[in-house]
Amino acid sequence: MTDAATGAGRISEVFARSAAERRAALIGYLPAGFPTVDGAIEAARAMAAGGADLIEIGLPYSDPLMDGPVIQEAVHQALTRGAHVTDVLRTVTAVAETGVPALVMTYWNPIDHYGVESFAADLAAAGGSGLITPDLTPEEAGPWLGAAAKHDLDPVFLVAPSSSDERIALITSACRGFVYAASVMGITGARQSVGAAAAGLVARVRQHTDLPVAVGLGVSTGVQAAEVAGFADGVIVGSAFVRCLLDAGDDRSAGLAAISALTADLAAGVRAASR
Amino acid sequence: MTVTQTGPVPDQAGHFGDYGGRLAPEALMSALEELTAAYESAKADPAFGAELDALLRDYAGRPTPLTEVPRFAARAGGCRVFLKREDLAHTGSHKINNVLGQALLTKRMGKTRIIAETGAGQHGVATATAAALLGLDCVIYMGEEDTRRQALNVARMRMLGAEVVPVTIGSKTLKDAINETFRDWVASVQTTHYCIGSVMGPHPFPTMVRDFQRVIGVEARAQIQDRIGRLPDAVIACVGGGSNAIGAFHAFIGDESVRLIGCEAGGEGLETGRHSATLAGGSPGVIHGMRTYLLQDPEGQTLPTHSISAGLDYPGVGPEHAWLHDTGRAEYRAITDVQAMAAFDALCRTEGIIPAIESAHALAGALQVGPELGPDAVLLVNLSGRGDKDVDIAARWFGHLGAEQAQDSQEAR
Repeated sequence: MTDAATGAGRISEVFARSAAERRAALIGYLPAGFPTVDGAIEAARAMAAGGADLIEIGLPYSDPLMDGPVIQEAVHQALTRGAHVTDVLRTVTAVAETGVPALVMTYWNPIDHYGVESFAADLAAAGGSGLITPDLTPEEAGPWLGAAAKHDLDPVFLVAPSSSDERIALITSACRGFVYAASVMGITGARQSVGAAAAGLVARVRQHTDLPVAVGLGVSTGVQAAEVAGFADGVIVGSAFVRCLLDAGDDRSAGLAAISALTADLAAGVRAASR
Repeated sequence: MTVTQTGPVPDQAGHFGDYGGRLAPEALMSALEELTAAYESAKADPAFGAELDALLRDYAGRPTPLTEVPRFAARAGGCRVFLKREDLAHTGSHKINNVLGQALLTKRMGKTRIIAETGAGQHGVATATAAALLGLDCVIYMGEEDTRRQALNVARMRMLGAEVVPVTIGSKTLKDAINETFRDWVASVQTTHYCIGSVMGPHPFPTMVRDFQRVIGVEARAQIQDRIGRLPDAVIACVGGGSNAIGAFHAFIGDESVRLIGCEAGGEGLETGRHSATLAGGSPGVIHGMRTYLLQDPEGQTLPTHSISAGLDYPGVGPEHAWLHDTGRAEYRAITDVQAMAAFDALCRTEGIIPAIESAHALAGALQVGPELGPDAVLLVNLSGRGDKDVDIAARWFGHLGAEQAQDSQEAR
């Protein structure tokens, strides 16, 4: 674990570095505990080694209402095998030790139940850099924003194609690190095309903030990553990584090989765009 | 007009004390703001109120009767018991009150498609009914487990032109159907309204559904005063999400002498962990877009629930109930499967009324509260639905099927 940079510093540095290299950052997602706690850690290390700039660790939750079938299945398996919050924190530590900053992505109730202040303290102690909250918007986030500031964690909120300019202003003013732009109206999962709405949304977000804007939902290939990298500061890929592990089943080495290959394809993609 | 608000109103953001609010994905926020604005405008529009009142009267059959049930009351310590007969509303339960309001709002917002979750199927049937009436496309999400338990209602929804989608993820019951309906809505929100069936979900749903169901208590309060010249000593209703209970309670909240008693599903008993008694056995948290009490494990994961009644088989509860619980204005007790079925049997045999198993939990509450209050008491029980849908479950519970029929019934499942 590094003491050299604080949480907020680490995420900003990632985007500053990728911008200096005239490319977008690659952000990968995996849920903790899938296929096992150690299996998820190995997969995250493979992502880090393959060129992911940031890694989101999902906290498995019983009611993932923004997730499609792939992540639902992975999370269901993780919970069935008894994934705990301590496993999420251990995974965060393992990622941070690779030098790649780790964020936790979580529905709100597990954090609410753990205690917002306690979770922020423990996430910071584990080496985490921030928290992405898909079902918490700034209006209801007062205690979390206070805890995030106290423990130097980046709060990352989502904007959607349906967000009004007033809401984009509100959300971007509460974000630190980066802004998560949902590319389409819908749940997580690979899509044939990422949607013209994403470029328009990124442009609207830029009118309200200088923070980097990363686009998620639907990206699964290097070609799509290159397309998104043409207009966004970061490309977020989740279900496609989870699919690598789901498809490999019990064949762990095949799963890790698939993760490495996909990471390489996406890492090339975020560097292929003309910027 | 039937949807005016009185009594305790949540704040502008939909908070009932610490509960309620809007803890939902950003993608839904514009739709929730649009719905709030459309509802506020409809409430202020006499034409909307007149259209809804006409539908409630001429289509749904309101006002529903108030029936005194003396032979049943004899088993409740000899007090007087009156039933508010929501079972006689069109489609067989109180659900139609809310659905007609939301379906009219759907058209007012220019949307052409309506989606809903359902547990027992009563809300799904009501939504499919309103969709047929108003020419809306309709998709109903129902846990696969519940499509088996309530096969008759699945057929009813399909007859009415709705698409019924069995939900196969998670526990395959009501909470998973709600998750799946939210997933549909996030992707379809421009053309689609999510017609939530209870006083739950993100603001404005708990307030709006409460206002649409409030007609139950408004009618009953006038009817019972007309009948006996005074208010009841207690109003009793079953609570899953809690829409029929809020509807029955709300007009009485200012009447301090009237006890408000909610009956949750105690399943096999609180001590077994196999129940759905959220207020009795749960703790505050966040689920389905609201802060409320829920049944959760030590890490905030939603616990599996159980009730013989699919309509009460839900790990959360409407936020206004959480608030009424904490403030002490309403009281909540857990009724076990066994107690509910005994009350079901009692009403069938003493009064010739087959109640929904959900509503039987309220009847069981009356069988407890009557003896506690004594023979001078007057109880108002909301009979939220009729039991036709439950005949198969009840017949098996009481052993009314012959061996051969029971075998057929098993195979049919």
